[in-house]
Amino acid sequence: MKRRLTLWGLVCWCVVCCVAQDAESVGSSRLDSMQYLKNVTVYGTKPYAEVIPAQVLSGKQLEGLNSHSVADAIRYFSGVQIKDYGGVGGIKTVDMRSMGSNHMGVFYDGIQLGNAQNGQIDLGKFSLDNIEEISLYNGQKSEIFQPARDFGSAGSIYLRTRRPKFAPGKSDNLNVTMRTGSFGLANPSVRWEHKFSRKVSLSLNAEYTYATGQYHFRYRKMFSDGVVAWDTTAVRKNGDIYALRLEGSVHGVMPDGRWNAKAYYYDSEKGIPGAIVNNVWKTAQRQWDRNFFAQGMYQQKITEKYELLASAKYARDYMRYWNPDTTLMYINNKFWQDELYASVANKYTLARDWDVDLSVDYKWNYLNSTLVNFAYPTRHTVLAALATAYTWQRLKGQASLLYTHVNDRYTSRSGGTVVERHNKRLDRFTPAVFVSYQPWAQYDLNIRAFYKRIFRMPTFNDLYYTDMGNASLRPEYATQWNLGLMYQHYNDMGLLSAVRLSADAYYNIVTDKIIAVPKGTGQYRWMMMNIGKVKIRGIDLAARMALRLPGNVLLEGGLTYTYQRAQDYTNPADNKDGGTYKGQIAYVPWHSGSATLHGAWRDLDLNYSFIYVGERYHTSANIRANHEQPWYTHDLSASYSFRVMKLQCKVTGEVNNLFNQQYDVIQNYPMPGRNYKLILKVDI
Amino acid sequence: MRTIHKICAVLLAMLVLAGCREEDVIFVPEVVEIAQPEFNDVQGMYVLNEGNMGSNKATLDYYNFSTGRYTRNVFGFANPSVPKEMGDVGNDLGIYGSKLYAVINCSNKVDVMDKMTVKKIGQIDIPNCRYIKFYGGYAYVTSYAGPVEIREDYEQRGFVAKIDTTTLQVVDTCVVGFQPDELDIVNGKIYVANSGGYMVPNYENTLSVIDIATFKEEERIPIAINLQGCRADSHGTLWVSSRGDYYENSSMLYAYDTRHHRLLKAFDTRVSSMWLDGDSLYVIGVQFSYVTMKNEVTYAIINTATLEQVADNFITDGTERDITIPYAVAVHPITKDIYVTDGKDYVSPGWLFCYSAEGKLKWSVRTGDIPGHFAFLGKNINDF
Repeated sequence: MKRRLTLWGLVCWCVVCCVAQDAESVGSSRLDSMQYLKNVTVYGTKPYAEVIPAQVLSGKQLEGLNSHSVADAIRYFSGVQIKDYGGVGGIKTVDMRSMGSNHMGVFYDGIQLGNAQNGQIDLGKFSLDNIEEISLYNGQKSEIFQPARDFGSAGSIYLRTRRPKFAPGKSDNLNVTMRTGSFGLANPSVRWEHKFSRKVSLSLNAEYTYATGQYHFRYRKMFSDGVVAWDTTAVRKNGDIYALRLEGSVHGVMPDGRWNAKAYYYDSEKGIPGAIVNNVWKTAQRQWDRNFFAQGMYQQKITEKYELLASAKYARDYMRYWNPDTTLMYINNKFWQDELYASVANKYTLARDWDVDLSVDYKWNYLNSTLVNFAYPTRHTVLAALATAYTWQRLKGQASLLYTHVNDRYTSRSGGTVVERHNKRLDRFTPAVFVSYQPWAQYDLNIRAFYKRIFRMPTFNDLYYTDMGNASLRPEYATQWNLGLMYQHYNDMGLLSAVRLSADAYYNIVTDKIIAVPKGTGQYRWMMMNIGKVKIRGIDLAARMALRLPGNVLLEGGLTYTYQRAQDYTNPADNKDGGTYKGQIAYVPWHSGSATLHGAWRDLDLNYSFIYVGERYHTSANIRANHEQPWYTHDLSASYSFRVMKLQCKVTGEVNNLFNQQYDVIQNYPMPGRNYKLILKVDI
Repeated sequence: MRTIHKICAVLLAMLVLAGCREEDVIFVPEVVEIAQPEFNDVQGMYVLNEGNMGSNKATLDYYNFSTGRYTRNVFGFANPSVPKEMGDVGNDLGIYGSKLYAVINCSNKVDVMDKMTVKKIGQIDIPNCRYIKFYGGYAYVTSYAGPVEIREDYEQRGFVAKIDTTTLQVVDTCVVGFQPDELDIVNGKIYVANSGGYMVPNYENTLSVIDIATFKEEERIPIAINLQGCRADSHGTLWVSSRGDYYENSSMLYAYDTRHHRLLKAFDTRVSSMWLDGDSLYVIGVQFSYVTMKNEVTYAIINTATLEQVADNFITDGTERDITIPYAVAVHPITKDIYVTDGKDYVSPGWLFCYSAEGKLKWSVRTGDIPGHFAFLGKNINDF
């Protein structure tokens, strides 16, 4: 039993990077998420551990966070801010260390999700139903054997879907889940896993989400003496969503290698609940999304020294935005995006502790739209990364140089006919260096540092959106310096079974930041310009510990805290009363943090989680009129596992925003108050 | 173990120090002393700040000439029981009789207030309302939200609403062209500048003429594409501005003779905002140049009697360099001081600059977001 508890602790811990994980200790594990790791580590003889490990959420810990979408879960990482417009279908984007959400790369089963149109990945769209692990890396995944694209973001989130695992003697797993609760939620999902052979397995997963998206929200203001001035409660309208997700993947293992192929389809229709302003309590705008992609990866050790990773992807995205409100401008815009992607990564071991990698990627993007006089842009991107990793005793280092070549082709049109064809090229080199050092062999304490300079390309919208785009935009650069340390300790005996502490201080500069500035007459006319500059100084702290209490009780908890000073250096002349110069940028709190607590006893699990976001301003003019209140929510959940005949069942009840706090993350977008969810899972 | 406890304690302490949520309190107006008091028939000036779309930050500021004090954000405090304050995108402001009218575009309403106390008397719901003018006991408000014809080329005409200023009810409406903006009244007729701003690139190019007596559209006068401004002077001339198409066709200013039904003159002048004071038409303009990738600005005065541009830059001391986006202009009816607002980046607070009649900077003050519209309060100045 003790053994099992230790494993439980490790499973729940889930912050240890997978390759560094000692396969032995997981060897006798029961059917849980860690078992897969065994498969991963089987073929690799010398897995090169990342220089700076990720922040990871997986398994039990991820399940315990009362999260519907990936965005909800990511809030528990330090250094991350979510822009959340509220509700089940509301847009949720992630900003790491205040560099802007466009600098963030999101990877789905190892291949980046692209959006050449606006660079935004709406993480609210990705449900946790099929996600097994979320990892977050500042800078980049500090492992050299990866596609060139993985070197190309200022921060990365890796989403790993559940991979099939089978109990001895079983060749089929069927899982049926039903979630229901507030917002009129009906969210069934089903997953079938099949083992063709010891080497090849299949996973099929379907999920349907329906929600009315309605919830009560309340705004009120008081006089300074505490008397209520006005107090309004209303129902959030037009937040309904219908979404279907289908996913299928095949996984294979070979001697010294593995492969997988997957297809993903997402189809949704949703209302866009707009800003709540005086006299306007509902909106009519709607959005349709259809995303499809198919991707495959093949990894093989060719010789003792040479290893190959090849991957490819095709993606097609459709988006329609419709405004049927006849008192406003009628809009019915449709966009189609295509992406083709191929990558080859080659790792060669020069010496026992010295690896080099050369990765070359090619990517093709095309955007089509119903906009008048649209530019129909095509982008060819070639990425090449040369990277090396070296280990000398307790010092680990890694350096990489990324070459990016971008070729945009687009047209200027007038009256629908082509006036001019354009062809633009861009070549850039960007470096990154990661170092970590363990001063004492007997303590698992690591000092780590990294430097990275990277840029993000202007998106197709930035460049070519009819009227607002600016084809002369340059890339937007982010430069990062990070210094930190991490300590971890595991105990097989005693009360304290594990502890992990980390602290990082960082300094980031974003230059040539692409922002919209007013042009010409009238309020609705903007132009994208490379004029922004932001300096970010921050501290991220994280602590986790697990306790073994008497009576088979396991208790573990985590705390994160982030301090950020993200200052707007765009316009030095704007330093007068109410000016923006050196002001904290929009929606970045100085203080934010989270706390999680998980208790397990036999078949019962209890979770508590707390999120805190401190005071902010909604523009870099930090005056009273622009002040936004802090917000914090408490979530609770309890789950119980039991068997009915041969079925393994689990029932979970959740209460979110326990104290019914009425808050906005984004000004005038009210968030839900107290809400509930009931989940029933059945495994056959 | 003890260390962990300490760290936890420090983290918790940090959270507590960082602060808890407080009750949202009614915004107490901010008062700034900016100039020496002036005593004449003009006692004050209201400034309507538009606020960026979706921000619900339309606010009203007030400058009291007799105290030299500028007060920011007076509406919320004067009307503490109005949920979500003034609303989203203030688009026009006017005083008629004892009442102050604020047209709030994206809140689909006209707020009617007591002109002295700013206390809200009532509200007139008009979807997508734009500009207001008064005549003979009625207020006339343009709106983009006219009847809709859903065809292949979706069409949506605008209208002018006629409002009884005693009952605050819409008594009649008159359908005009596409997306009507400013309007003015000359000799028993309402002239409406139709923009067609939703029809890009097929802009409107006409003025609608409504007979006040019958409240029917009588004719359409072609002037230029994408009309915006419309001001009548004392000579029966209508000053009409066009926004252009932002590409080949620049923003222009036109003088139209309503008595002889002819175009008198076209001025190659950019127009964002204009203010008529006697025979002087003050024009400020911003035009984005795709050559320099910058906004180019205009501060001109046109004599409406001679039809000549008499000043190319009415700011004479070089202080216009402090203005990022000149957004609106107004002129004091007595002292002839000139007020120019700066819209900045549309999301941070704007500024109000006061220049003497000679064009020398007198003072400047921070306003709400996108200060865009003025109304002077005093004796004998709002009577039409």
